[in-house]
Amino acid sequence: MPLSNAEILRYSRQLILPEVGVSGQRRLKASSVLLIGAGGLGSPAALYLAAAGVGRIGLVDPEVVALSNLHRQILHATADVGRPKTQSAKDRIASLNPEIAVEVVQAHVAADNARQLLLPYELILDGSDNFQTRYLVNDACVLLGKPLVHGAAVHARGHVLTILPRQTACFRCVFPEPPQPDAIPNCQEAGVLGTAVGVIGSLMAHEALKVLLGLGAPLTNRLLVFDGMTSRFREVPVRRDPGCAVCGETPTLHELVAVDDVRCETGRSAQALAKGGPGTFDGR
Amino acid sequence: MAVTVRIPTPLQRLTNGQGEIQCDGKTVTELLTDLERRYPGVKERICDESGKLRRFVNIFVNEEDIRFMQGDQTAVKDGDEVSIIPAIAGG
Repeated sequence: MPLSNAEILRYSRQLILPEVGVSGQRRLKASSVLLIGAGGLGSPAALYLAAAGVGRIGLVDPEVVALSNLHRQILHATADVGRPKTQSAKDRIASLNPEIAVEVVQAHVAADNARQLLLPYELILDGSDNFQTRYLVNDACVLLGKPLVHGAAVHARGHVLTILPRQTACFRCVFPEPPQPDAIPNCQEAGVLGTAVGVIGSLMAHEALKVLLGLGAPLTNRLLVFDGMTSRFREVPVRRDPGCAVCGETPTLHELVAVDDVRCETGRSAQALAKGGPGTFDGR
Repeated sequence: MAVTVRIPTPLQRLTNGQGEIQCDGKTVTELLTDLERRYPGVKERICDESGKLRRFVNIFVNEEDIRFMQGDQTAVKDGDEVSIIPAIAGG
């Protein structure tokens, strides 16, 4: 795909990187990324990918903008409260970079629509806020053979892992089963520092660019753990699990199935968690 | 000398805010028992009723996943570092 003069000027500071060059920029223009979630992770990720010139960006999110989103979800502005996040995000991205295409779907990713949503994109970036979606997106990416950048954050802590299906460890290889509902505090209950989720979302966009451009060493088979309280990054090696239900030697998952879970900002009562009974991964 | 156990943020409420605890034991199981003795209530967050590691929690000994070693019978020695890493979903 040729670049216009305006595009050459817009991307000049990244074009002059020998590792990118005109060919890399054309590669980005021809590429497509689907972001699951236009929230705390999806916001910085979408902005950086749009700014970098990824030619087609898809966004899936079912929610409307709430005032309590704005301390971290930097795609959205105060005037957007009450609007669908997908619409708000589309406007913001268009104002940042009108050269690229933005496609939005206001929906939950579910077992019956995941394939259709993911198929048109080259790479998937999961910035969702619940385990149900995360396992579903992981399984869909493995089954469809789509590279996936996984990122998650809560409190001041975050994880990032890049997954090349059937080549490197997937989310299920690392965490074979989701916790039972209420076992892990979510953003609504535990809180989250906007900057911590921003660090993780930015890293996710960074990984996506690297995979699209074939640059450096992707964050595969290494789970990056960010502890925002000490500002320490640690990485632990992870590996493909031969017993993995979706990418192992004898997989049991051949099609997408829903995992019961609850979402981050659904207004659910925190009382169940506050009781902190056995099986709750939380010290309250 | 003892084994350093790194406690993830959600469990630090049970360890008086401590992110690293020095524990004694020859295996991961013994370490978790010692951790429970020092900070009652921690172990049931990491292990289920039968004492097995919960499936959404990983334990790394010196950055190696114990699932690929000897599980909770994985040996530890003085100076080792053990990290407890639960899955998180927030976004």
